[in-house]
Amino acid sequence: MQGLPLLSLAIWVPIIAGFAVLFTGGDRNAQAARVIALIGAVLGFAVTIPLYTGFDLLQASFQFGELKPWIETFNINYHLGIDGISLLLILLNSFTTILVVLAAWEAIQTRVAQYMAAFLVLSGLMNGVFSALDAMLFYVFFEATLIPMFIIIGVWGGPNRVYAAMKFFLYTLLGSLLSLVALIVLYNAAGGSFAFLDLYATPLPIIIQVLVFIAFFMAFAVKVPMWPVHTWLPDAHVEAPTGGSVVLAAIMLKLGGYGFLRLSLPIVPDASILLAPVVIGLSLIAVVYIGLVALVQTDMKKLIAYSSISHMGFVTLGIFLFNAQGVEGAIIQMISHGFVSGALFLCVGVLYDRMHSRQIADYGGVANRMPVFAALFMLFAMANAGLPGTSGFVGEFLVIMGAVKVNFWFAFAAAITLIFGAAYTLWMYKRVVFGPVANSNVAELKDINAREFLILGVLAVLVLVMGVWPQPFAEVLHVSVSELLTHVSYSKLPVQ
Amino acid sequence: MTEMQKLYLLVPLAPLAGAVIAGLFGWAIGRRAAHVVTILGMVVCLVASFLVYRDVMAGNLFNGPVYTWLVSGNIRFEIGFLIDPLSATMMMVVSFVSLMVHIYTIGYMAGDPGYQRFFSYISLFTFSMLMLVMSNNFLQLFFGWEAVGLVSYLLIGFWYNRPTAIYANLKAFLVNRVGDFGFLLGIALILMYFGTLDYAAVFANAGRLAGNSIELFPGVEWSLITVICILLFIGAMGKSAQFPLHVWLPDSMEGPTPISALIHAATMVTAGIFMVARMSPLFELSETALSFVLIIGAITAFFMALIATVQYDIKRVVAYSTLSQLGYMTMALGASAYSAAIFHLFTHAFFKAVLFLGAGSVIIAMHHQQDMRKMGGLAKYMPITYLTVLIGAIANAGLPPFAGFFSKETIVEALRYATVPGAGFAYVLAVAGVFVGAFYSFRLVFYAFHGKERFADPQHPDVKAADAEAAAAGHHDDHGHDEHDDHHGEAHKPHESPAVVWMPLVLLAIPSVCAGWFIGSFVYGDYFGSAITVNPAHTAMAVMAQNFNGVFAMMGHALGTLPFWLAVAGAGTAWFLYILRPELPAKLRRKWGVVVTILMEKYGLDRFNDWFFAGGARALGTGLWKGGDVALIDNVMVNGSARLVGWVAAVVRHVQSGYIYHYAFAMIIGLLLLLTLAYSR
Repeated sequence: MQGLPLLSLAIWVPIIAGFAVLFTGGDRNAQAARVIALIGAVLGFAVTIPLYTGFDLLQASFQFGELKPWIETFNINYHLGIDGISLLLILLNSFTTILVVLAAWEAIQTRVAQYMAAFLVLSGLMNGVFSALDAMLFYVFFEATLIPMFIIIGVWGGPNRVYAAMKFFLYTLLGSLLSLVALIVLYNAAGGSFAFLDLYATPLPIIIQVLVFIAFFMAFAVKVPMWPVHTWLPDAHVEAPTGGSVVLAAIMLKLGGYGFLRLSLPIVPDASILLAPVVIGLSLIAVVYIGLVALVQTDMKKLIAYSSISHMGFVTLGIFLFNAQGVEGAIIQMISHGFVSGALFLCVGVLYDRMHSRQIADYGGVANRMPVFAALFMLFAMANAGLPGTSGFVGEFLVIMGAVKVNFWFAFAAAITLIFGAAYTLWMYKRVVFGPVANSNVAELKDINAREFLILGVLAVLVLVMGVWPQPFAEVLHVSVSELLTHVSYSKLPVQ
Repeated sequence: MTEMQKLYLLVPLAPLAGAVIAGLFGWAIGRRAAHVVTILGMVVCLVASFLVYRDVMAGNLFNGPVYTWLVSGNIRFEIGFLIDPLSATMMMVVSFVSLMVHIYTIGYMAGDPGYQRFFSYISLFTFSMLMLVMSNNFLQLFFGWEAVGLVSYLLIGFWYNRPTAIYANLKAFLVNRVGDFGFLLGIALILMYFGTLDYAAVFANAGRLAGNSIELFPGVEWSLITVICILLFIGAMGKSAQFPLHVWLPDSMEGPTPISALIHAATMVTAGIFMVARMSPLFELSETALSFVLIIGAITAFFMALIATVQYDIKRVVAYSTLSQLGYMTMALGASAYSAAIFHLFTHAFFKAVLFLGAGSVIIAMHHQQDMRKMGGLAKYMPITYLTVLIGAIANAGLPPFAGFFSKETIVEALRYATVPGAGFAYVLAVAGVFVGAFYSFRLVFYAFHGKERFADPQHPDVKAADAEAAAAGHHDDHGHDEHDDHHGEAHKPHESPAVVWMPLVLLAIPSVCAGWFIGSFVYGDYFGSAITVNPAHTAMAVMAQNFNGVFAMMGHALGTLPFWLAVAGAGTAWFLYILRPELPAKLRRKWGVVVTILMEKYGLDRFNDWFFAGGARALGTGLWKGGDVALIDNVMVNGSARLVGWVAAVVRHVQSGYIYHYAFAMIIGLLLLLTLAYSR
């Protein structure tokens, strides 16, 4: 194991598998495309497992490093390495890819090979984001992820897909263009290096720090997304196919949170501290305002999309608290949200595949016809409402514990999610699943099949395990988080 | 791990195993196996609880971790047990009542399609409740707290086809979440100031932080302990249904009757009482918090009892009575009479379970009818149910020598001696509540079991009034309530329920009579040891302990006090109105129309909550969505880029041939290759 470039494998196995799938050709060979895609996804996940088993819990520096020159003129390197934060996100990403491939097994019948390929390539690119240690490499991967997702929404999406795909693409691209400028500024300041470790060590005057922070912030805030640059997400989710929504919610949003952790905080710590109140304010608006907006949604996917924004508010809140509970809570919240929102979108997908409607009003009494589905959906709904014993509780709990240390009212506003989160999730659940059978379409529903049960069942087990015993997830974080907090605690203003 | 520690684990895990088997494999193993396995789990749980109880009484306490849940920074969150007289007592109450309810359920739910699911839920509830009471830290307390809330939610909405049931369960969950909101903030403050969530460590350091203050608003300093205690108590107000967070409990009667007895009377709703008693080392440091607790309890005890006097639905009478009794327990907590609160919790668990299960037995006999106006004269048809309900009612009314007398009388006395601000107010309401409590208890007995057999007489004015009301409310008469696989078409002659139903009633009626006789050691002895702390300045219980001269002296003394005669007067009034002059209540209702309307409307709180909170949140949400997201952000702020989007879309539509993904993939690959070729040497 030691000799293998595991991170490169984590990136390139799915990408190569993706191209291999393309060679199966048209939809005549759809079954072959599915099988190859599944093999690729499983292999892609398999190569990430040694990352967890071989991870050194006590080592503060980046592990599994790989360094090859790429563009020597600009000192850009193919430099990879991970810490505990990236490790969890890579595992989540590679695992989710398997579920997405399985979820599309029957639902996607046109351009199957291309669909599968897009997801596999996307998976590899996102592993690239999470393991890049060179800012330019990070940027290339970061931007490249837009393309497969753009295609996924634009090709396999709903009736309004082109509008949604464009909105998604432009919003996120415009947000991140400035960060390229910021990276070039940093490159010069660091004496010609894009290496994160060099950037971390470079002193910067406060005005530069603030400008760089704002540039990064625009890129990452759109991605998270934070209020008020969140309006692309509900549209993208509503139009995206189920798999697209799952990956978008489970992984892509985390690129924003990860960007804050990997770039903003350690590179411009003084600006981060200076502007933290702004970020915290926006995060709390996301929790409260978006919670209310989620309550009145009539489209299930839109509701879950808004719920995602509200939950991601906890991530940005936790990160900018600059204490161990806040940051660890934020990261655990990212992982949990990956499971829970992914599962919820899959649940909506299960219903959509049968009824071809996402409107809450078209449902009612689903429990009468789909009891197994109803039970699993209940578990995920409760996890979304942050019930203790599910993964959804752990991150929110830690962030609230961290917030009260900074300001009681931050915790107060954040804890409102206890009420709102339950209200919008369970009210939707009530209208969709409970009650008498609402109409003849619901009366004809069939319960989930073995494949659907497998997907949701695996997620259910993960949600429960992470809720009852989060320690295996959290222990890989400690050293990385304390290292990060150390970076933040040292001023990087140049000594006069 | 010692043998005892294995036993501790067995107590919650046996019901959990039953719940998992019945829940996941109920479809495969069938109905009989589902109740056998869950009841077996409960028997194991009860026996283990008893062995633990005996061990604790022998002086062996335990406080230690089971496993580490999470480590964050330098804080270690653990799952662990604290086994002392307080938790051991709760374990006994929970496992005993739960076992009785499990057995009762065989009869009550026979024929229900969700049979296995029901057994799974009640076993899961028992597991959660046990984890709550056995916890040695705030985190696990919160776990159990929310878990019992979850099962309560699932069980209130058990008949998920009934709109009223799924309205009630959502309401219950959300109102409880309002309480949990405060509870979690309290826990957060504890973690912040104490650096741990372990009870023992927190209590040990509580005195040191008693002088600390916290500035929540600029310039306003509050005592830290007061803020923490009030936030924690807000959690208790949700779970133990104290005003104004009580509104969910009456509606929870939509659930099947066995769970009304188990969850919404005997155990879950007492979690808040248990929690405050457990936190006595904190609450004793804050007069303000105790005063707050006292006043909330007093309001709940008296004003909820009043509502019970006008209800016709037999389960709702018992539900409001539960609210009132919980108010008494809360008052006791506020008066620093923790042992009296737990003692009332203990006796109440039995006699209220009897009342609910007895009501359930009546409901079976009446073919799902819950309206007392359509009952009457049931005593001779179902003598066992009648006798047990009578015992429960006398105990609830607080007449000697039944269990409720001892616990309620102690609370009233404690209020008399209490010095906390507001004690006088609470004492007056508590004494007045004794009259009301006796009245509604005996009203239930006389109205349902004595007098004319109205169920056989559709022309009786009460029956007509009930029918008219049901028709106006759109209820489907007698099918709306507890579904039961019974014989509809046959003659409506009520009969005694089967043995699986009346046996638990009898077994619960026995402690309803005699549980009070243990007051000497339980309340005045050193029963709780170090589990409960009382500030020496709060002398009420100490004074009463000195005056206590045994059970008989207490009864004799009571004959000369106001509460006793008020209870007798309440019973007498009920007798006068419902046996001697049964035509009077209807007249009185007309005469006192305004008062009755206020009570029937539950002081308007439900309407207000629906309009202000539910409606307000929806209106605000719609406003923010349409006004904020759609109008302001999308149409104004993003307008420019939106037009750009449209323009780009128009261009791209020309270029694309339907294979855009090919182009895009080629683009990114080409870009990477170009960069690499051009700049690397």
